[in-house]
Amino acid sequence: MHLEITDQPIAVAAVLARVEDAGAGAVNAFVGTVRNQSTGRRVVRLHYESYDSMALRQLQHVAEQAQTHWPMLCQIAVVHRKGTLEIGDVAVVVAVSTPHRAESFAACQFIIDTLKQVVTIWKKEEYEDGTVWVTAHP
Amino acid sequence: MKLKVALFGITREIVGQPTLEVVAADSESVAGLMAHLRAQYPVLGELTSFAVAVNNEYAGPEQQLLEHDEIALIPPVSGG
Repeated sequence: MHLEITDQPIAVAAVLARVEDAGAGAVNAFVGTVRNQSTGRRVVRLHYESYDSMALRQLQHVAEQAQTHWPMLCQIAVVHRKGTLEIGDVAVVVAVSTPHRAESFAACQFIIDTLKQVVTIWKKEEYEDGTVWVTAHP
Repeated sequence: MKLKVALFGITREIVGQPTLEVVAADSESVAGLMAHLRAQYPVLGELTSFAVAVNNEYAGPEQQLLEHDEIALIPPVSGG
């Protein structure tokens, strides 16, 4: 598996290449991008902060859980960006390959959903008139 | 013993620095450390939640802390 936190722009095609596998009939990818609004406020840009060593450890747990749920998984690649991102930038790519398509959709969704719950990365939204750490307050 | 606590995201902004040194009893637990931090920084109580990580893993409230553990305060994560 390939797990990475980077402060450089993510090349989606390069992440897809990581999951190429002769035994795979399906490659499924989720690409998370920066959008220009959040709960009705215009977002100017995002700032991601990462606790890298723990984020990678937790990502490894998530990938291992996926392999337990879907033992037919061929390859897994997850790359998450950190630092300052502009509207339209790629923030995260999850890619998996499996023999058949159904498991590729399920495993890809499991990985991104679980990543959002446990991986130690924090997003700060910047608006024209201030900033907010997302989900920090109820 | 002295514990070094790494801070991230909003907790780093609340405390105003990236690490915090906490003097604690030798068998201090995660719950004890959290209570100490809440007392020192009441604003932490306004967060949705916060967790403590020890050596890159989420720690339960009963876990005992050791002087050289890598300890971090984990506010609600928001990756993806």
